[in-house]
Amino acid sequence: MTTKDKYKKVAYYPGCALEGTGHAYNRSTKAVGKALGLDLVEVKNWNCCGAMEVKNIDPKIQTYLSSRVMSVAANEMGMDVVMAPCNGCYHNLKKAEYDLKNDPSSVDVVGKLSDKAGHQAYKSGQVETIHALDWIKGAIGEEGLKERIKNSLAGIKIANYYGCMYTRPRHIFPEKDQGPGSESTSKPHFMDDLLAAAGAENVDFPLKTACCGGAHTMSDSDTSTRLVLNILKAAKMAGADVIATECPTCHSGLEMHQIRAEKRLGEKVDIKILYFTQLIGMALGLKPKKVGVHENVSDSMSFLKEKGLA
Amino acid sequence: MPIHEKSLIRPENLKTHDQLVIDGVDVSGHWSTFIESRVVSDYNEALEAEIASLPGGEHIHRCWQCGSCTNSCTVNAINPDFNPRYWIYLIRMGMESELLRDKDIIWQCVSCNKCTYACPRDVFPEGVMKATAHWLERKGHTAKSPSMHFDEVFAEQVLKTGRIEESRTIRRFFARTKQGLFQDWMVEMVKGLLRGLPVGLLTRMGLATLIAPRTSNWSKASAAIQEYIDEQHTKQEEAMSLAQLIDTARRDAAA
Repeated sequence: MTTKDKYKKVAYYPGCALEGTGHAYNRSTKAVGKALGLDLVEVKNWNCCGAMEVKNIDPKIQTYLSSRVMSVAANEMGMDVVMAPCNGCYHNLKKAEYDLKNDPSSVDVVGKLSDKAGHQAYKSGQVETIHALDWIKGAIGEEGLKERIKNSLAGIKIANYYGCMYTRPRHIFPEKDQGPGSESTSKPHFMDDLLAAAGAENVDFPLKTACCGGAHTMSDSDTSTRLVLNILKAAKMAGADVIATECPTCHSGLEMHQIRAEKRLGEKVDIKILYFTQLIGMALGLKPKKVGVHENVSDSMSFLKEKGLA
Repeated sequence: MPIHEKSLIRPENLKTHDQLVIDGVDVSGHWSTFIESRVVSDYNEALEAEIASLPGGEHIHRCWQCGSCTNSCTVNAINPDFNPRYWIYLIRMGMESELLRDKDIIWQCVSCNKCTYACPRDVFPEGVMKATAHWLERKGHTAKSPSMHFDEVFAEQVLKTGRIEESRTIRRFFARTKQGLFQDWMVEMVKGLLRGLPVGLLTRMGLATLIAPRTSNWSKASAAIQEYIDEQHTKQEEAMSLAQLIDTARRDAAA
């Protein structure tokens, strides 16, 4: 089976953030899937992946929580691919996969907890976890996307921001850094590739994988504000109109600290922040509301009108 | 960029004489600067074992002090005192009192994993930072950090309902850390959200505040997780006090 066929119908794991502050990402991902003729089947009765917070309390509990999601997809739904658009969820499912493949004590803990919870334990290799970027790139590809573009993003300069959890630490992403065609952990390019296919101009952005301080966005906000300010300024200096995001924590972090930097540090950086799925959706001819632009905290409507997308 | 180790020299240890002539040579002012050597007398030989007994700290023994972690560190770039390489060194040497000088900033690691990516020895410095922050709190050297409060609020909610409803987590975190909810930037964010009039989203969020979204049939999983956390906690307590006992015995034997 080719990747194209394999990714046509995947189990969809939105995760907690996409049901709340990241709802625009949820909406735009689903809308893009529909427009591209791809089938998303939501993981039944899913639970939190454990995020950074539960990992900090106990890493093996995070492994268990993530493994339960994969177990439901594999054992109760018979799916072999799980697509998670949130970097945190994607990272945690990948980490659980790595742990269960390489660490017998994790297998032991997950086995015991799954027994007590009353479901089948997940076994490494049962599903392949992918990001929304892998999904569009694998199922449609740049050429396929080009054919479907109705509203080119020509004239829009984009800084692609990937964040931390999509590429680090590299050992949990064995499929990356495997030569031509694979994603790079030091200079990721999947988002660049897709947006370029949609007609946008990607600027040379040095902080693609810099940290937004998302882990401490509430508990150490001043640090996060400084880190986000770096990212916003670097994107602006690189000539970008828009920062494209692929993670609800990064996205809301950029939005929150863009405001906070203005309030607390008196630094205003005027740059638009949009999910990459919102940009691709609009390039496919969807209206801004269909991809949840009105659900973003930052305002990009007048910019989108000016560029002929709204 | 090399680590500017001079920042490790404490200002109070820099000695300078305003007026000093040695062998007829005037060495007044900074010409006579010398650094008083540090004297560390209270080693905790069990320190490394204690940190290694906590989740994340398991691989600290692999470190060969190359400094890649500090060099790649996000927090170090904005605060040069945040120095993972140096802390790993102190822990492995058992220099507890030196480590305690930085006790209030170690929790600030943002878990970006740049160190873990750069580390040639798979020490997992990000994990070591978490283990050290936990150690500081559990030994009573520091109060619970805001980050720890956030982790606890978050984990409690996951245990209870299986899922996170963000506004609840944030409200509880603010209550527990005694901060007002209506911060200027928060008000601005809400205004920003209202601008687009996302009626559907607001209704969803409003409903979620009233009725928390939950994973059904979660009680058994929740109980199993709680049981595991308690078990681990007991084991870690044992490992930490055991390490301390060994250390005391060694000191007694030496004395």
